[in-house]
Amino acid sequence: MSVTHSDAPQAPTTPGTETGTPAAGTTAPGTVEAPSGTAHVVGRVDDVPLGEGRAFVAGNTQVAVFRLRDGSLHATQAACPHAGGPLADGQTDPRVLVCPLHLYAYRWSDGAPTSGGNAPVRIYPVHEADGALVVTV
Amino acid sequence: MGAVLGGRPEGMTSLHFALSDADGVDPRQRLVVVGNGMAGARLVEEVLERGGGEQFAITVFGEEPHGNYNRIMLSHVLAGEEHEDDIVLNSHDWYADNGITLRAGVRVERIDTHAKLVYATDGTATGYDQLVIATGSRSFVPPMAGLRTADEALLPGVLGFRTIDDTRAMLAAAGEHEKAVVVGGGLLGLEAARALQGHGLAVEVVHAGTHLMNQQLDPDGGAILKQSVEALGITVHLATRTSEVIGPDRVRGVVLADGRAIDADLLVLAAGIRPVTEVALMSGIEVERGIVVDDQLRTDDPDVYAVGECAQHRGELYGLVAPVWEQARVLADVLTGTDPDAEYHGSRTATKLKVAGVDVATMGVNRPERDADEFLVISEPRRGVHLSVVIRDDVLIGATLLGDTRKVAFLTQAFDRGTPLPEERIRLLVDLSDGAAEVGVAELPGESQVCNCNGVTKQAICDTVAGGCASVGGVMDATRAGKGCGSCKGLVQQIVEWAAGGDVVEDPSASWYVPGIPLAKPALIAAIREQQLRSVPAVFAALAPGGEEDAKSKMGLTSLLRMVWGSDYEQENDAKFINDRVHANIQRDGTFSVVPQMKGGVTTAAQLRKIADVAEKYEVPMIKVTGGQRIDLLGVRKEDLPAMWADLGMPSGYAYGKSMRTVKTCVGSDFCRFGLGDSTQLGIDLETRFQGIESPAKIKMAVVGCPRNCAEAYVKDVGVVAVGNGKWEVYVGGAAGASVRKGDLLATVGSPAEVMQLTGRFLQYYRENANWLERTYDFVPRVGLPHLQRVLLEDGEGIVAELDEGIQRSIDAYTDPWAQDRAEPATPGQFRPALPLVALPKVPVR
Repeated sequence: MSVTHSDAPQAPTTPGTETGTPAAGTTAPGTVEAPSGTAHVVGRVDDVPLGEGRAFVAGNTQVAVFRLRDGSLHATQAACPHAGGPLADGQTDPRVLVCPLHLYAYRWSDGAPTSGGNAPVRIYPVHEADGALVVTV
Repeated sequence: MGAVLGGRPEGMTSLHFALSDADGVDPRQRLVVVGNGMAGARLVEEVLERGGGEQFAITVFGEEPHGNYNRIMLSHVLAGEEHEDDIVLNSHDWYADNGITLRAGVRVERIDTHAKLVYATDGTATGYDQLVIATGSRSFVPPMAGLRTADEALLPGVLGFRTIDDTRAMLAAAGEHEKAVVVGGGLLGLEAARALQGHGLAVEVVHAGTHLMNQQLDPDGGAILKQSVEALGITVHLATRTSEVIGPDRVRGVVLADGRAIDADLLVLAAGIRPVTEVALMSGIEVERGIVVDDQLRTDDPDVYAVGECAQHRGELYGLVAPVWEQARVLADVLTGTDPDAEYHGSRTATKLKVAGVDVATMGVNRPERDADEFLVISEPRRGVHLSVVIRDDVLIGATLLGDTRKVAFLTQAFDRGTPLPEERIRLLVDLSDGAAEVGVAELPGESQVCNCNGVTKQAICDTVAGGCASVGGVMDATRAGKGCGSCKGLVQQIVEWAAGGDVVEDPSASWYVPGIPLAKPALIAAIREQQLRSVPAVFAALAPGGEEDAKSKMGLTSLLRMVWGSDYEQENDAKFINDRVHANIQRDGTFSVVPQMKGGVTTAAQLRKIADVAEKYEVPMIKVTGGQRIDLLGVRKEDLPAMWADLGMPSGYAYGKSMRTVKTCVGSDFCRFGLGDSTQLGIDLETRFQGIESPAKIKMAVVGCPRNCAEAYVKDVGVVAVGNGKWEVYVGGAAGASVRKGDLLATVGSPAEVMQLTGRFLQYYRENANWLERTYDFVPRVGLPHLQRVLLEDGEGIVAELDEGIQRSIDAYTDPWAQDRAEPATPGQFRPALPLVALPKVPVR
C-alpha cells in the first residue's frame, strides 16, 4: 500500500459542487472490494466531526467518510445507489448508514441494504495515519 | 293495439333459403319453441350459439305480436326512463336474419305429443321433432266482485303489469286519470306504484301480506321499506284485500275486505304471477304448480321440454332472470348435443334491484330456519336501512340488504362460493373503519399497489410474510411499504394480518416512541427527566439495550430532548437529520431549499426586492410561491446557505423541520369586505409566538377572518376562524395532505389572547403525548376530542399550568438558527458539499 501524498490540503479537498459536473472515474458499486487498491490521504481526521460524515475525493473517486462516536472510521461511495442521495449527509449508528433522501439503510459490514431489493453500497477501507484520513480505493 | 315492438316496416318480406337437399326437403330436425318471452328467445340464442342453426329448423310461437323484449325493463318504460324501442332484445329482423320462423301474435292451443303436432289458434298445425314450452307466466288476478264485465273481459281501467301492451295502457291511462290503486306490494307492484306516482297520480298500494315484499324481506325489513315507500307519498294498506271493484262502466274505486272504500280510476293488478300452463295441461303433460321438468328440463314426454317461469324444477318455480338463463344454457347443451349430459341443479337466487327508489339485495333465506343458525340484523329505521345475514355452520345461507347495498359484492361471493366469513360477523354488514370505503383485503388483487410512495404491491407484502416475516414492522422494514407518507399503514397492517392468517407476531416496538429505545413516550420522558439525560448519546447509553445507538431513533430523540429541556438540551449535530443540521430542506439532487420567514404570509416590497437580489446572486434555479404563503428558493447549494442567509437578513421559516412551520392567513378585516376579525394580525402573532417550536411532526396553522375559509383553517393542525362578535373558533387535528380531515372544534373563545393561550396548551399537550411523526390528524382522533376538551379547557388532569410552563420554556429557548449558524458553523465543514463531483439527478430548471 502506498501513500500518494502525505499532506492533507488546507483548503477543502473538494471544489464547490458544479451541478451537472460529470462524475469522473466513478466506479460501479459492489460488495466486493478490490483486493488491492491505492491508498489516498483525503483529509484530516478532524475534518469529520464526531458522529458525522464528510465527502472527499480519493484519487478520482468520491467517497463519504464517517467517524462514529465509538471512534471507528467508515468509508463508502458518496452517492446512494438508490437515487443518488448524498450519503455523507446521512445518519449513522454502529451497524448502519441511513441515506437522507429516502432513509434507505446500508450495513457497514458488507454494504447491503437492510430493506428492499436495492443495490448494495460500496465500502472502502479507511484508517487514520498521524491524524490523516487514508482511504483505499 | 299500438305498433309492433321490434317489428318490420310494412310491406317488407324476407327471403330465406333454408338448407335443402336435392329433393327440396329440409334435412334438419324441427325445433318448435312455444313462447317468445325472455326464456324462449334466450333458449333460441343459446341454441344458435352452439351451431344449432344447421341442426334445427326453428319455429317460435309468440302470443304477443312483438319481437322479443326485455320484460325486466318494463317498469323503466312505465317510469319514462327508457323508451320502449330501447328494450327490444330481438327484433323481427333478427329472427329472419337467423332463419327462424317467428309466428308472432299466434297463440298455441294444444300439442299432440303422439302425432308431434302443434295446434295454433290460427288453425295451423306445425310438426316438431323437439318442442320447448316457454310460456312464462301471467299476472295473477285475485278474485274480487265486479272485476269483469258481462262478457268476462276486465272492467275498463283494470290493468295487469306484465307486457308491453299493459305498460302502454298504463301510460295512456296515467295521462287521463288521477287516482290509482295498485294491488300487490311485491317488487312489481311497488315499481308500478312508483312509476305511476311519477306521472302525477295519487297512488295507494293494497297488499294482502303483513309486510311489503314478503317474498324477499323479513317483517322488520318490510316495515322499514313501508316507511321509505310512504315517505315518497304512496299510501300502503297491509294485510287486507280488495274485495270489490266499484263500477259499473269503468273502475270508480275499490272496496277493501275491511269495508273501507277507496276512490280510484285506475286499478293495477300486480299481486304476483302464475305460470302459464294451459297448453301443457291440454296436452296431457304433467303439471303441478308449473310444468314439471327433470334436471335436463325435460317434461314427462321425452321430446317436450320446458324452461323459464312456467317450469317447475325440483319443486321450485323461478321468477328471476338469472335462473332462467342457466336453464336455457343447460337445455341448449342438451338439445344440440354440445353436452348431452348437461344438468340443471337449481339456482341459488341472489338479486339486487331498486324498488321504488330503495336499493334492495337479497339472497338465499331471509330468516333463520334452525336453532343453530346465526342471525345478525342491523336495523336503522330512521335511515331506511335494514341489513341481515343468516349463517349456518360458518357458511352464509342468506342475506338481505335494504337501503344500503355496499356490501353486496362480498356477500354474493360468500353466498355463491362459500368463501370464509370474518370471525366478527358484523363485518359482513358494515365496515368498522370510519375512513373511506374500504375494500376487503382478501378481495384485493395481488398486483394492486398498496403503498403508492414506494410502489409496494399486495403481492410483495404477502411474499414477504410467506418468506417468514410475520410482524407488521418487519414487513414494513423489508418492503418499505408504509414508509413514505404513511397513509397506507393501516392497510399494510391488515394485509400482513390476513396473509399471516392470524400468526402475526405482536410487534412490541409498535408502542415505542422510537425503534431504538424500548419505552413508550411517557415512560421515556419520565426516564429522561429522572436521569437528567440531556443529550442523545446519553439517552442511548442509559436506556438503549446494550447502550447501542440507533440511527433511525436519533431524530425523534433530538426533538424530544429539545421539548423536555428547552435551551438546556446539549446540541449535537450528528443526532440531527440533515435538514436540521443545515436548517434547509434537502432536495432530490442534494441541493437545498431556502424559505425565509414571512409571518402570516405578509411581506413587503423591500423583502421581495431582497429575495429577488439573493435569488439572482446565487443563481437560484427556481423561485416558487409555496402552499404555506411563503417564497421558496429551490436548488441552493449547501455551501451557499450561510452567505444567502446573511444577504437575506431574514429569519428561518422552518420549512424543513418537524416543527411549527407557518401560519397562513387571509386578508381579514383590514381590506376584506367580509372579514369578521383581524385574522392577519392574529396569524402573525401566532407565528411569532410559536416559531420554530419542535414537535412530533410538522405543524401547520391558519387563521381566517370568516368562515369562507380562504386560508383553509378548517384543514390545519390548528385552525382559527373568526365568527363575529369578537369570537374565534379553534379547530385542531385538520389535514389536507395524504389524509384530508376537517379539524375538530376544540373551543370557541372570546379574544385573540385566549386563542394564543389555548393554542399553546394544545401544542404542548400534543408535543408531550403524540408519538414520533404522529400528525395531529391522527393524534386528535386517537385521544379523542372530549378528552382534549376536558384536559385543556376544564383542566381535568390539573396539568394546564404545567403545559403553559412547558410551552413557554420552548418559546424562550427559540433562537433563529440562520442567524446563529451563519456566524459560526456548528461543526467543521457544516456546509461542505456532500456530493462533490457526482452528476446529480438534476431537477429541471424552469
